[in-house]
Amino acid sequence: MTAILEVEGATKRFGGLTAVNDMRFRVAAHEVLGLIGPNGSGKTTMINLISGALKPSAGAIRLRGRAIGGLRPDRIAQAGIGRTFQLVRILPGLTVQENVMAGGVFGHRRAWGPALVREAAGLLERVGLAGRGGEAPEQLTYIDQKRLELARALAGDPQLLLLDEWLAGLNPTELQTGIALIAALREEGRTIVLVEHVMHAIRSLCDRCVVMNSGAKIAEGPVAAVLSDPQVVAAYLGEADEAG
Amino acid sequence: MTAAVDAASPARIAVTPAERRIGGIALLLFAAAAGLPLLDTGYWLSLGVNLAMYAALCTAWTLFSGPTHYVSLATAAFFGLGTYSVGMGIDILPFPVLLAIAAGLGAALAALVGLATLRLSGMYFVIFTLGLAELVRQVVTWYQTNFTTGVGLYVFTDLTEAHLYWMLLAVAALAYLTGWLVNRSRLGFAMRIIGNDELVAAHVGIDTARAKVILFTISGAFIGLVGAIMAPRFAYIEPPSAFNPMISFLVVIMALLGGTGRLWGPLLGVIPFTLLWDVISARFPNQTSLLLGIAFLGVVYLLPRGVLGLAARLRRPAAPARGAGGA
Repeated sequence: MTAILEVEGATKRFGGLTAVNDMRFRVAAHEVLGLIGPNGSGKTTMINLISGALKPSAGAIRLRGRAIGGLRPDRIAQAGIGRTFQLVRILPGLTVQENVMAGGVFGHRRAWGPALVREAAGLLERVGLAGRGGEAPEQLTYIDQKRLELARALAGDPQLLLLDEWLAGLNPTELQTGIALIAALREEGRTIVLVEHVMHAIRSLCDRCVVMNSGAKIAEGPVAAVLSDPQVVAAYLGEADEAG
Repeated sequence: MTAAVDAASPARIAVTPAERRIGGIALLLFAAAAGLPLLDTGYWLSLGVNLAMYAALCTAWTLFSGPTHYVSLATAAFFGLGTYSVGMGIDILPFPVLLAIAAGLGAALAALVGLATLRLSGMYFVIFTLGLAELVRQVVTWYQTNFTTGVGLYVFTDLTEAHLYWMLLAVAALAYLTGWLVNRSRLGFAMRIIGNDELVAAHVGIDTARAKVILFTISGAFIGLVGAIMAPRFAYIEPPSAFNPMISFLVVIMALLGGTGRLWGPLLGVIPFTLLWDVISARFPNQTSLLLGIAFLGVVYLLPRGVLGLAARLRRPAAPARGAGGA
């Protein structure tokens, strides 16, 4: 197994608070890794360290063996990492189609012109927004904005895709659509790190899970095994009394 | 935002018939404007010089501040540097060389300032640029009082008002053409993304600082050039007139009045405001600062998106302000 991403001892301190503490994990090619844990356990901070939104205080992060920890986010995007944001971030002044194009021009793929237009149209179709390229993104529903953000991330054809709670805030029907969409990306052979709270999504989508609590890794392994780990259960539900 | 949606897009690589038509009309208007000195060489030409100067300055200012929404008050610094290049070199070097030097100095100062400050956002950037103009003025004054014989400089050339007018008009056209080319390029697309969301811009792979510095540098070069062209008209140059902060404020007001969503938007502000300002400076010479302040408030409160935004609102009264596709 060749590792796409290697995180070795990544640490982030904000003053006295250690938000991410000595995290270590690897993501293999074509693997979908779930990064889970209770609220405030440091998952999004971990994603931000990988994407370059934050610089690690210590530790190494490598993409295909190349050190990327501490680089600027644009350098990391050019190296081949794409992401979506926990709170969806669309570009309101651009059309839907241009929002998608934005992802494909400056990254490790530098498309332009008619090829870029075709590709954006293809990606819109792929995420279920076919023919809506001319619309203003603010008029899209919440799930459609999330789809748009995913299409933008895909436009860069990332070697590693980071999805930060991409399924959060969707209603049950939308959730099914969303899970199917990520499942399709998985079939395509994409390498994905998924921060998620929706447990059945994690069960159906992830090969492996890394569980964080208070900034540190407390478990790692196949999804079913990890989710029944007493330490993980305790982290989510509190220490078990006789009620168990 | 209205205009940003249908501004130049990476989807359009070829020149469309509409663009060709607009280009044709622009060329005709340009030719008509260039004919002004043939009709009058007195008051109207003098007014024309002001119009052409502010058209060039506002277009150059909008190159950077339009897409980024960073309000720069450094116009007077670049302008004054251009004016002084001519003032100090007119006895030694030919005028065209001085123009090149002025553009180079404007670009260099802008690049320097850009590298130092573009990480500042919002209010901090505005204050810094305002302070910068003052700093450059003080440095020039200090230099002149300590190392030269006097504070003022005389610029005598055989350039007529008509020559200056044509040069300014050419610079305005060049600035506009540059902006048009930038808008069609990756750099222009990057700037629109930066103007929308800088965090997203960085995460799609845009070196945001570099893009902003490049555009600020281009803008500074054009403003320096305009300052140099205006030097012969001042005839006598001293720091308070060359680095006059009023220039910075007027440029911002005019550009915002017209609207910065489109490159030609500022022209809609330059023409009425220059005419209005001409009347104000003639009738109320002691109250210009007060009236400038009132004009600023008026533009910001009544026309937050400028004449451009107003026109778009009148055209599509019922629909939400945006929606038409750029593809």
